Formats: sequence, structure tokens, C-alpha cells
Amino acid sequence: MELTDEQLLAMHRSMIRIRLFEETAGKVMETGKMPGFLHLYVGQEAVAVGVCEALRVDDYITSTHRGHGHLVAKGGDLRRMMAELMGKATGYCGGKGGSMHINDLSLGMLGANGIVGAGAPIAVGAGFRNKYLGTDQVSVAFFGDASTNIGAFHEAANMACALHLPVVFVCEHNMYGEYTPTNKAMVIADIVDRAAGYGMPGVIVDGMDVVAVHEAATEAVARARRGEGPSLVECKTYRYFNHHGIQNLGLKYRPDDEVLAWKERDPIFTFEAKLIDTGVASRELLDATWAEIHAAIDEALQFADDSPFPAEDQMLAGVYS
Amino acid sequence: MTMIEAIRDAHAVAMERDERVVVFGEDVGYFGGVFRCTQGLQQRFGSHRCFDSPISEAGIVGTAIGMAAYGLRPCVEIQFADYVYPAYDQIVSEAARLRHRSAGDFTAPLTIRMPTGGGIFGGQTHSQSPEALFTHVAGLKTVVVSNPYDAKGLLLAAIEDDDPVIFLEPKRVYNGPFDGHHDRPIVPWSKHPLSEVPEGHYTIPLGEARIHRPGGDLTVLAYGTLVHVAQTAAEETGIDAEIIDLRTLLPLDVDTIVESVVKTGRCLVVHEATLTSGFGAELSATVQERAFHHLEAPIVRVCGWDTPYPHAHEWSYFPGPARVGQAMLEVMGR
Repeated sequence: MELTDEQLLAMHRSMIRIRLFEETAGKVMETGKMPGFLHLYVGQEAVAVGVCEALRVDDYITSTHRGHGHLVAKGGDLRRMMAELMGKATGYCGGKGGSMHINDLSLGMLGANGIVGAGAPIAVGAGFRNKYLGTDQVSVAFFGDASTNIGAFHEAANMACALHLPVVFVCEHNMYGEYTPTNKAMVIADIVDRAAGYGMPGVIVDGMDVVAVHEAATEAVARARRGEGPSLVECKTYRYFNHHGIQNLGLKYRPDDEVLAWKERDPIFTFEAKLIDTGVASRELLDATWAEIHAAIDEALQFADDSPFPAEDQMLAGVYS
Repeated sequence: MTMIEAIRDAHAVAMERDERVVVFGEDVGYFGGVFRCTQGLQQRFGSHRCFDSPISEAGIVGTAIGMAAYGLRPCVEIQFADYVYPAYDQIVSEAARLRHRSAGDFTAPLTIRMPTGGGIFGGQTHSQSPEALFTHVAGLKTVVVSNPYDAKGLLLAAIEDDDPVIFLEPKRVYNGPFDGHHDRPIVPWSKHPLSEVPEGHYTIPLGEARIHRPGGDLTVLAYGTLVHVAQTAAEETGIDAEIIDLRTLLPLDVDTIVESVVKTGRCLVVHEATLTSGFGAELSATVQERAFHHLEAPIVRVCGWDTPYPHAHEWSYFPGPARVGQAMLEVMGR
């Protein structure tokens, strides 16, 4: 399926929204103004955007500890996101979720998740709901390479196949589980090899190429929507920053030339070159998008900064109905 | 009606009333559950509403959470409470926490049913009573049933509740009000007043204890099988015990407990789960905090011994009427 210029530019815009949101959040964290954990998505933008552009607003996703990109790509509100990261009352979860539990019901985004692998079975349940109610909605589980070593992932993949549910499993294979290279944690190079074990099709895609991701996701989503069951899309990608925050503060665990080689294949800059080459956009237009989103992020940060912290009596609210 | 039939009936009533109710678990659909608690549901409601899952506890609970978060009302069975540990992460980190961390956007109204407790020589992995692992988790509600009438009303309340509910069914009282005398013939439910279960819909509110046996000498805090054991011990010792069946451990009916202890001035806590850090510790602490000046004797706990459930020593482990009766005498200072 040919993408329209409008779609291509929407994907470009969405990737920049993620990049600038994350870079800004990382900088704010370094000032000490943003407490807690921050797992940044920079480098992996093409995955969230390529997949989410293949989804409708009423489709469901579950996310990971590195989840800001998924919410932005699903259409998340940057102001409420930034406020949530700063633990403010105006945040998506009233400040009680934080970076790792950011969610938006209206966008079908059930939440980032601080437990590796935990989102996958929940996406399966959402998929069951869709099949049970006879809707044609699809649910997508985003997860990393390392989570495919955890029991919950296997149980979810098998359950989705056994119950023949409209679920797409999207693996973001970024080559490291925290600080451990994936090739030290499993002896297979491709996560997609696991798909056959559950009886679902799997495909490997260049996770730095938003159009390629979109194409693979579109096919998997269409398959799920047609009632033909789950599939797995493995996106080979890379995170530029540390597991947590921007700077690597401990022992070096990735070679510099490896990081540089991946950055040369940057999902945004390579895409921009294509947009210009094919006449979809001018440099000026793309620059204007950057400037516009810069302003939106600044505004989001200001909004978060100006927002109050939740009242003390909110601590015990919402434990039960 | 037996407790199994009452639980089955509660499922049917819930499924009849609400299309969102979906029931699944290992062998729950076609076979009707290894304890037969879901027998007939698949035939009646179809395999889309009552079905078999893989042997996959984290998958079962995680899937149920996704269903519940997006509007269904799943009621799942974990075949034995001892099997729940692979799903513990999903229960604690997801089901219990979703509401709080999403400021109420996402909730997990699901019921997780589990046969619990010993008395059928299940050995250490088919006999455990893990209720304290759930009562320690804010965001969960925990129910332990002791009889058919309560089981139906509480299960319907659990399914209709907007929070995740852990629903524990002591397997030794599925078929009769087990008094702890394992060497005597099984007494069926049919002769027991609590086996009279009304047709159709009714609920018993979560968080309300029931005075199983009114009395003036001492208060016994019990739940599940031990309610019946305590009654037997009271009869055999001649002590006029007030036996409170807690029914819901969380939220706990503190008022009923305190009112009774204020009246009797003495308190015995009994449960089948192991003693240390068991729910009895919470009960004991609550009573001394709220009724210390009314106590005429130290609170005593009679519980399972601190050991994995011992196959060969099943009846030495189980707090039967002899141990419970002895403790009653001790609390009475006799």
C-alpha cells in the first residue's frame, strides 16, 4: 500500500515529537527536577510510529518501561505526559503513575509497565475482549527482546495463539536487556524464531526504517482484523541513550563504534533525506516542523513546571473503588 | 446444595445477568473444573463464555486483567491455590495497582477463584492456604468462604465488585461442613442449615463478618474450614464460644470483631495457614490495638505449623478440634 504524502509527514512529525520529548525529559532529569526513573526511547522512534500509524485510535496497545514513545505515537498529550513524569497533579495519572505507568484510556493505551514482560498477557486479554464483543479492534503488545525470556511473554504468546485472538506482538529488539547484550542472554539471534513455536507467523523488519515498520505492521494488523490470529513483528533497533537516563554512569557496556554505526542509520534523519529526495517535502518544511514541535515541548514543560503536586490526601485515594 | 453446587449456581446467575461475565481456567470449560465448580456452564452459555485455557497461570490472570481493564468481568479459576505463584506478579503488580497508578482510568474488576487448604492429602503443593500473600497487597480484596449459602452470595458480590477479588474456597468444605475429625464418616451439607441456598440472585456484601455461633465466654476469629472446627471444639469443651466467620479478610469487619471481644474479654484466633506472618498476626494486632483494655487474657493463635504442608503428617499439621479446644481452655484460664 502506497503511503500518501500526508501520512509520511505525519510519521515524520510523530517521530520528532518523541525525539524532542525524550531529549527534553532527559535534560530535565539531569537538573534534578524530574525524580525517579526515565527510560528514554530515542533511536527507536520508527518502531512506535510505524506501528501506531497502522492502528486506529480505538485499537489497544500495551507498552513497556520504555513507553513514552508508544504514548506519543498513539497521539498522547505532551503536556499531560510531561506533567506525569514530574509527578504533577495535571499528569495523565494525577502524578501517581510516573514515567513507567503513563497511560491514556481514550487512546487505548493501557499503560507503560514497570515489569518486563507484564504487558503482553494484558494485550492478549484486550484482544479477547475485542473478539468476544465482535468488534474489529486489534491489540498490540510492545515488548523488548529481553522480555521474550520471561514466562509471562511465553504464556501470552501461547494463549493468544491457542485462543486465536486479534493480537500483534511487536518486539523492539534493541540488542541489550538493560546492560546485558542480548547475545549473552539467549543463543538465538532473531526473536522471530520463537514465533513458530507458538504457531504464528513472524517477520523481521528494519526498526530504523519507519516505512518498513509501517508496512509490516499494517500487514500484521490487517491479518488480526480479518480474524486470522496473532503474529509477531521483530523490529531491529537501537536505543541511543543509557538504559536509564541519558548518560551511562557505570561501566561501559556498548562499544562506541557500535553506537555510532546505529546513529548513522538514524530513523529520523534517513527518513528526512528520503522525503527530500522524493520531493515529498523541502528542507524548510521539515525544519519548520522541528521548530513547531520544539515550541510545543517547551510549552509542555512550562505547563508541567507550573502545575501543582497532588495534594497529600491523594496518597490513599484510588486504592479501591 | 453443596458448596460446589452453590458456586456453580453463582456462576450461572452471574453469566445469565451480565453478558460481560466470562469464565475460564484449566479444564474449566469442557470438563467443568477438577472440583466440578463450573460443570455445565459451557453447555449452557457456549464455549465463547466458558472455556479451557492452557496450563498457564500468569497467562490466565494477565489475560483476565486485559479483559477486565477493557470492560469485561472475567471470573477465572486457578485449579489449586498452590498454582497461583506464577501469576503473583500479574496479581500484585497489575491487578491490584492499575486503579491507583492510573488515577482511576483503568481498573481490574476480576475474580480469581482458588481451591485452598488441606485435608485431602494433597502434599505440599496441593494443600496450601496462601491468603496472607494477598491480604498484604493493597488494592486486592480477599474472601474465604465456609459454606454454600455464603459462597454463592459472596461469589456474586465478588464478580460484581469493581475491584479485583481473590476468592478462596477451602476444598475440604466443598462437600460438607468438615469438623476436623478426619477419622469419622463425612457429614454431607444436606443436613446443614447453611446448605439452604436460595434460587436466583442475592449477594453478601464484601467486608461483613458473620456470627456463626453466638456465645459469651470467648471470641473465636475464624474463616473457611476452621469455622466448623471451632464449632466442634466449642461443643466438645462446653465453652460458650462466640465464633465469628470473617468471610472477607480484606476489607476486614473490624467493628464486629471488636464488639465481640469487648463483650467476651477473650480472643482466640484460628487458621489453617502457617503461623508466622499469617493473617492471624494481623487479627491479633488489631484486637490488641482496639480492645486491649477489655482483654482478660492474652490472645492465642492456633494455626498450621511453620513447615511446608507435610504429606505424612497431614492431621498433625491441621489445627483440629483437639488443638483448638485445648487453646480455648487456655484462653479461659482452665
